[in-house]
Amino acid sequence: MPAVSKGDGMRGLAVFISDIRNCKSKEAEIKRINKELANIRSKFKGDKALDGYSKKKYVCKLLFIFLLGHDIDFGHMEAVNLLSSNKYTEKQIGYLFISVLVNSNSELIRLINNAIKNDLSSRNPTFMCLALHCIANVGSREMAEAFAGEIPRILVAGDTMDSVKQSAALCLLRLYKASPDLVLMGEWTSRVVHLLNDQHMGVVTAAISLITCLSSKNPDEFKTCVSLAVSRLSRIVSSASTDLQDYTYYFVPAPWLSCKLLRLLQCYPPPEDGAVKGRLVECLETILNKAQEPPKSKKVQHSNAKNAILFEAISLIIHYDSEPNLLVRACNQLGQFLQHRETNLRYLALESMCTLASSEFSHEAVKTHIETVINALKTERDVSVRQRAADLLYAMCDRSNAKQIVAEMLSYLETADYSIREEMVLKVAILAEKYAVDYSWYVDTILNLIRIAGDYVSEEVWYRVIQIVINRDDVQGYAAKTVFEALQAPACHENMVKVGGYILGEFGNLIAGDPRSSPLVQFNLLHSKFHLCSVPTRALLLSAYIKFINLFPETKATIQEVLRSDSQIRNSDVELQQRAVEYLKLSSIASTDVLATVLEEMPPFPERESSILAKLKKKKGPGAVSVELEDGKERGECVNFNPKPQRTSTPSPSADLLGLRSTAPASGATPSAGSLLVDVFSEAGPSATSAGVNDDGFLRFVCKNNGVLFENQLLQIGIKSEYRQNLGRMYLFYGNKTSVQFVSFNTTLNVQTKTVEPLVEGGAQVQQVINIECLTDFIDAPLLNIKFRYGGALQNISLKLPVTINKFFQPTEMAAADFFQRWKQLSQPQQEAQKIFKASHGMDTEVLKAKLLGLGTALLENVDPNPENYVCAGVIQTKAQQVGCLLRLEPNAQAQMYRLTLRSSKDTVSQRVCDLLAEQF
Amino acid sequence: MMRFMLLFSRQGKLRLQKWYTATAERDKKKMVRELMQVVLARKPKMSSFLEWRDLKIVYKRYASLYFCCAVEEQDNELITLEVIHRFVELLDKYFGSVCELDIIFNFEKAYFILDEFLIGGEIQDTSKKSVLKAIEQADLLQEVHTHTHHREKK
Repeated sequence: MPAVSKGDGMRGLAVFISDIRNCKSKEAEIKRINKELANIRSKFKGDKALDGYSKKKYVCKLLFIFLLGHDIDFGHMEAVNLLSSNKYTEKQIGYLFISVLVNSNSELIRLINNAIKNDLSSRNPTFMCLALHCIANVGSREMAEAFAGEIPRILVAGDTMDSVKQSAALCLLRLYKASPDLVLMGEWTSRVVHLLNDQHMGVVTAAISLITCLSSKNPDEFKTCVSLAVSRLSRIVSSASTDLQDYTYYFVPAPWLSCKLLRLLQCYPPPEDGAVKGRLVECLETILNKAQEPPKSKKVQHSNAKNAILFEAISLIIHYDSEPNLLVRACNQLGQFLQHRETNLRYLALESMCTLASSEFSHEAVKTHIETVINALKTERDVSVRQRAADLLYAMCDRSNAKQIVAEMLSYLETADYSIREEMVLKVAILAEKYAVDYSWYVDTILNLIRIAGDYVSEEVWYRVIQIVINRDDVQGYAAKTVFEALQAPACHENMVKVGGYILGEFGNLIAGDPRSSPLVQFNLLHSKFHLCSVPTRALLLSAYIKFINLFPETKATIQEVLRSDSQIRNSDVELQQRAVEYLKLSSIASTDVLATVLEEMPPFPERESSILAKLKKKKGPGAVSVELEDGKERGECVNFNPKPQRTSTPSPSADLLGLRSTAPASGATPSAGSLLVDVFSEAGPSATSAGVNDDGFLRFVCKNNGVLFENQLLQIGIKSEYRQNLGRMYLFYGNKTSVQFVSFNTTLNVQTKTVEPLVEGGAQVQQVINIECLTDFIDAPLLNIKFRYGGALQNISLKLPVTINKFFQPTEMAAADFFQRWKQLSQPQQEAQKIFKASHGMDTEVLKAKLLGLGTALLENVDPNPENYVCAGVIQTKAQQVGCLLRLEPNAQAQMYRLTLRSSKDTVSQRVCDLLAEQF
Repeated sequence: MMRFMLLFSRQGKLRLQKWYTATAERDKKKMVRELMQVVLARKPKMSSFLEWRDLKIVYKRYASLYFCCAVEEQDNELITLEVIHRFVELLDKYFGSVCELDIIFNFEKAYFILDEFLIGGEIQDTSKKSVLKAIEQADLLQEVHTHTHHREKK
């Protein structure tokens, strides 16, 4: 029996619970329960009307039985009756029963709603709270339909008690989450935001959860909350530990509210108002400073509460991703935690650093902790911490440390827990491919992977290594040699046999010159594994054999012998039998020419996204992509942009692998499978790969207006542009090359910003139109910054938009005399720019002409006395002025050199056009 | 937002369960079984956090009872740990050094206290005084009623 039984202990209930606890077996318990159920049923059905107390007691017993895990199919009506009791305890038990055991019986719902309605209008705050709790606990659509209109009124009414406001705020939140369509925004919404200013801390604490949810769904409507939240936060952060009385928790002022405020701010970009932003940065600095102060208490609650705020502040700093100072400080703070004696802090620091690793400002700072993280991977006793360490290594990996990280992950794999091996294998495979400088390292890594953890190497991984080997002829010989060596091991994994069979079948000839790996040795080696393999692998080996017959006619007799044996040609498996019969026949009747055609080397696979990543995404569902447009630093007001998003759609590319099977996922929007593997990847994407601004595409567009500006495995950006006078229009096509939807797609520009369609379906293309106006001449091109999440990995691509000064050329035709007259007029030294440079392409006349025309100038014939030379003229149109421009290009075919001379009325223009054009020949 | 809270004993007996999203009974049972197994297998020095399905699990053991919360991706683990602690403090204050038996025999009270503290998986009030005042007010009403109830009987 309990030591304490407050209020009115229900003695009958206590006795019953004791009885159950004393039951020696499950059977005895069921027997006792059945006895009680029969008793309660007879009481409920009896003629004698039960008083409230008994009703309450029996309903409570039923609830207990239900919570033990038994089904309850009666008593609902009695519980509903209790709701209308005016005795608090009876009402309370009634509500508890309803909350736990709701039944969608419509008649009952109507009665329940009626009772709730009465309590809500009772003006008795305790009753109102009970009713609100019940609505929040049930949260059904029927309840939302009945009360979604009423609760906002209660929430913002001037005379509502604080405790009722608190319940109403959270009750409304629950309804909004369950049925957002039923909670209508209205006049109340603006008043809700001002609850952030409420004097009662409890009201603020409850209301902020509601505000955060509403803000994340309707950011514009609630954006006034930002400055309110900042000032509230600032007041809390700067308060002494005793100021907030009961809202101080172990010497930490209002930790819950602080965390919630910091979370709310993460729904928005950094505040635009300088004063608000300054105040917020001050808060964040104070929080970081406090982390360095000695603790005010040794209790773990103190440090937990303090660090909860710190981690939330770091989340906000990472979310803003704009304050390099704060990011680096955050990183240093987390670095301290990496070696903290509290396991929880090490866990969280590793987790938080993962997101920090994807920010360009802090990526380098995170990398300095590599040794600590590797050490954690080796020595942490808790698998969930080791998992975080592996995630972080994956996130901090880039070209500079890929070899070290992959090596560490491989060695960890040998002892890794079974639960995380498959995911580790995928990560190693992805990193090896992503950062492979020489592909022999890639091949070594994958074969090691198969050797160490062959069971966990999924099809996608070994498919991928074959795709890459087939597509890169520089690695084929090495791959053949390496698999040949790997197959020598007495026990090698079946996946190794598959890769070996495929690669030797294609490229065995590359190592056949060495007598130690002569065709027959290769064949015997493969065939020695045959009997140990499963049917699909055997089928693959048979295909390798027929390829051998083509590659090495000397093996024909031996292989035909094998194919002819009963175990092949009469194999009980249809597939194997068919292959044996057909290959045997093919090898005997086809001429060498026919054989060579049929069994030709596999053509290269179309370049496409990695099949491993596809696997990841298939599990993971939509990733997020955001595109940001950023103008060049000094471009200032030279070019105005006005983007107009449009979208078009193209069918998704198929993603079949090796032709062995088709794995093209029809829709990319597969919901998350919820497996551990997937979760881990969402935490730790590969590190952002922003290797500075990508220039390659930019220069290709100086003399042309249309084409592909950028392409990688995920994204293709195409450009179409047209210019007239000082105006231009550019169409950007963002093509999603994957089969997975990109979400959060957005672009921002300096003056006018307009977002692109936030979703890009797998295989679809989003179009963005940019209107360009050239105000004055300029050098720096606008920067296009594209950020997106892909399989949880933050990708960062910076591109120069190919908007160059020459786009605003108007060609000018003129006669020789005119040309030379103007040429002489522009004779001041600063008006001329000249470059002498070596030809980097052929010096074909037609190509040169096309390029000069593409530049936008008029190509003047019969002007230069030397027919080998080219002269051009044009006027650059800017809003501010027109700049006349003359050009002379003198090729020297013998020396393979050019001399390029530009003269214009403006020195910056001469220099710029000269620089641009010098890169084109 | 918290998705659910479970209290269970070292022996794997479920003592309290609170679900903040609609979940079918069958799924509840399956999740409880699975999660208890995971948590009970963990050793004392391990972290209080783990990833489970698409949720973060935050748990802490107090004497013979495990308090285990499932929160969402963006939720703060440490503050959730202190949600647990504050709930334990509330129980402790109400029952006077609470033990597992108090929660078994007064399970309905434990639910009432939790409802005053969390609604819909979010914190309603963090002040111990406010929460306990709400509960004690209710008890007061209760005692008055009981009193009259017994008097009526006499």
